[in-house]
Amino acid sequence: MNRLILLLVAFASTGAVAQTTAIVGGRVHTMGPAGTLENATVLIENGVIVAVGAAVAAPPGATVINAAGKVVTPGLFSPLGNLGLVEVGFSAGPVDAVQRGQQFTAGFDVADAFNPRSTLIAVNRIEGVTRAAITPEGQGEESHVLSGLGALVNLGDGTAGIDKRAAVLVASLGEAGGGSAGETRTGALLVLRNALDEALDYRAHKDEYERGQRRPYVHGVADLEALQGVLSGDVPLLANVHRASDIETLLRLAGEYRIRVIVSGGAEAWLVADSLATAGIPVILEPTTNLPGDFDQLNARRDAATLLATAGVQIAFAGPQSHTHNARNITQSAGNAVSEGLSWNEALRAITRVPAEIYGIADRVGSLEPGKDGDVVIWPADPLELTTYPERVFIRGVAIPMQSRQTLLRDRYLQMNSDRPPAFRPATQ
Amino acid sequence: MTGLLGLRDAGSLLTLFILLAACGGDIDDEPEPAFPGRYQALPGEPTMLSGATILTGTGERLDDADVMMRDGRIEAVGQGLDPAGARVIDAAGKWITPGIIDVHSHLGVYPSPSTESHSDGNEATSPVTAEVWAEHSVWPQDPGFVAALAGGVTALQVLPGSANLVGGRSVTLKNVPGRDVQSMKFPGAPYGLKMACGENPKRVYGRKGTSPSTRMGNVAGYRKAWIEAAEYRRKKAEAAEGKGEAPTRDLRLETLAGVLDGEILVHNHCYRADEMSVMLDVAAEFDYKITAFHHAVEAYKIGDLLAEHGACAAMWADWWGFKMEAYDGIRENAALVDAAGACTIIHSDDDYGIQRLNQETAKVIGAAARAGIEIAPEHAIQWITRNAAQSLGIGDVTGTLEPGKMADVVLWNGDPFSVYTRAERVYIDGALAYDRSDPSQNPVTDFTLGTSALAGGAQ
Repeated sequence: MNRLILLLVAFASTGAVAQTTAIVGGRVHTMGPAGTLENATVLIENGVIVAVGAAVAAPPGATVINAAGKVVTPGLFSPLGNLGLVEVGFSAGPVDAVQRGQQFTAGFDVADAFNPRSTLIAVNRIEGVTRAAITPEGQGEESHVLSGLGALVNLGDGTAGIDKRAAVLVASLGEAGGGSAGETRTGALLVLRNALDEALDYRAHKDEYERGQRRPYVHGVADLEALQGVLSGDVPLLANVHRASDIETLLRLAGEYRIRVIVSGGAEAWLVADSLATAGIPVILEPTTNLPGDFDQLNARRDAATLLATAGVQIAFAGPQSHTHNARNITQSAGNAVSEGLSWNEALRAITRVPAEIYGIADRVGSLEPGKDGDVVIWPADPLELTTYPERVFIRGVAIPMQSRQTLLRDRYLQMNSDRPPAFRPATQ
Repeated sequence: MTGLLGLRDAGSLLTLFILLAACGGDIDDEPEPAFPGRYQALPGEPTMLSGATILTGTGERLDDADVMMRDGRIEAVGQGLDPAGARVIDAAGKWITPGIIDVHSHLGVYPSPSTESHSDGNEATSPVTAEVWAEHSVWPQDPGFVAALAGGVTALQVLPGSANLVGGRSVTLKNVPGRDVQSMKFPGAPYGLKMACGENPKRVYGRKGTSPSTRMGNVAGYRKAWIEAAEYRRKKAEAAEGKGEAPTRDLRLETLAGVLDGEILVHNHCYRADEMSVMLDVAAEFDYKITAFHHAVEAYKIGDLLAEHGACAAMWADWWGFKMEAYDGIRENAALVDAAGACTIIHSDDDYGIQRLNQETAKVIGAAARAGIEIAPEHAIQWITRNAAQSLGIGDVTGTLEPGKMADVVLWNGDPFSVYTRAERVYIDGALAYDRSDPSQNPVTDFTLGTSALAGGAQ
């Protein structure tokens, strides 16, 4: 009996138990071929969307959520950052997103360090972020030419946080990569090319290498193995790069080695938008970037997202203004892109569907379509507006508690007239 | 009346005040004001913004109302004003607010591009460097000034960084890029003193193996400095009365004594509630006032204490967790401080945040509503206008749309608390300093010449 209860609890917490939720009557932005539907229903069974439409009826026994007058969107997808890899970034314990003291750590895999119970997870998911790419990274002197493998995670209840391991390999070129490679961008490229060449040689002569009959490599087996997915085209190489000329170099490199690349940062990507569109290379950018933070970003401009989208480049949003602790602020980034000319629909796509496409899991998330995971957010109004916060968030069909350490702090100190010290105030719901 | 009190006069008034004050003692002992401001308003013309929704900065909202600017000043605000020879800008459907003021900026001292050669914000060589002045580091060619202007910022305080217990003097600027810092100095603005609590000083000096390396070391450091300053001040006062010899001029102690005299305003970087509480007692011990706590991530825990001491809290909307002392940051921080009756300010400390202080404020409004606290736009606008101006000691001349004040005004193409709204026109002292629809007239710093930085999306 106890065992059965435990089993049921376990199922319930993964959302795998038979349960049906109908979100009824909202304005549904599917981000799929159905477009935007008025007064529509999203039906979720066992964590998966089974129907979306105005004519969909809630079956008997379904939990019905009235979303009349509300806005319903797919869960937001943060395409970069360190969610679950860090609590406090600076002078307060480990940050599991960077391997310090090395310039090349392709084999560094963040997935094993992911903590689905990190306080950052709840803070961000109650504001609509349901999926994230978690990416290794180092800043400044800690930057790497290759910093390691990123993973895709969901921000659900913590039982099955990792959706995909080795989803992306992260590189830094230009000024960022140069910092760890002899202070030059060519140094960074040299390191990267040599690594790819060694990985190719290793792939072709693995047996000889194992027998010690191959020339010595600069890189170890872990790094060379990590690069195999990139060479086979299964794993995209995400390159932190701003300067247009460096992006052009990256394009050449992608052609030579026939690898898939993603531009991250891309302050000057708009200058080579047509080439990026032709090559089908997506750009993850912070659309508000308009300052020459360094000489690689001399031509940053505030309507870059619009220019890229107009040229046909796939864009997703992330960057310093919407990073890790505040991944939730990608809605603000998207709203700002709209004010600089991007269509509202494209802006919402950039924080839902496009990241899923870039990382190859659009068959599971990113849009509200039958067969997709039940990641759904109910908003009282325009989700890109600064004053709008979600009312309900579902991850894989499970309604997450709308509570975080921040809401608990808030509620404790809202009790301003209490005569008890804060530590003695009961938590409110 | 408004024409008489021109901008240059405001500066001269302060000079006059200092000279008069000096006359009370021995004038030879009082240095001339160093690095005098040379700000001159851009040429303007009488202008009426007509038919807008106006948030006056005094807590009022006026609908379908006008703002008349003449001779650099707000002449009148209200419905159905007589344009009387002024250029009339149709502002129907648009919103008007006072110019946005950022009390915490490092533009110019940590400019773009952020190269090592440009890193001029922290004199991190000694824990108390009250002798340094931020204005001597300001690079007026920082493109960030122009970006901030496009965000409606008409005045800003540039501070030294927070490496030191006492970082040095701040300077308040008009956001009109000039050839040198003197031509940007806000006429009549008092100096501020940057102080810092917490992690930064103890980390910077602890790693050097010197004091402070702990928070208790921090507090010992402040107290030691104030004891020296009080002694210096006493000797000067006695010498002025003919008792004893005047001490040798000491820039460090002169600035600290300026705080004890109430002439220099303390802006104290401090995150944690308990540390702010300790700093209030340090201030009580040495009889000085803390004008504002900056960052104040935990101000919501001590709103009552801040209100009682008349100390402002200048806060971000939602920065948190990037360091330990920021771990308890919540989006409702500013709203709870405001509800407690304390002076509430939203600041940036960031070259991007300064471009969107209206948006940062909007995020707090939304979060507060989620917690059951309704904040009207006409109230919230004060956090980035009036309250900011008051904390910089310039509240009498700017920060609200009241007749006689400097015509520092922003015309927005919609509700300033919408993410889709942009500043359409920014007036500083009644002159058009930024026009979104006409980039050819907008300022371009030397550094950005020939690049596309800041460009785009003009329509």
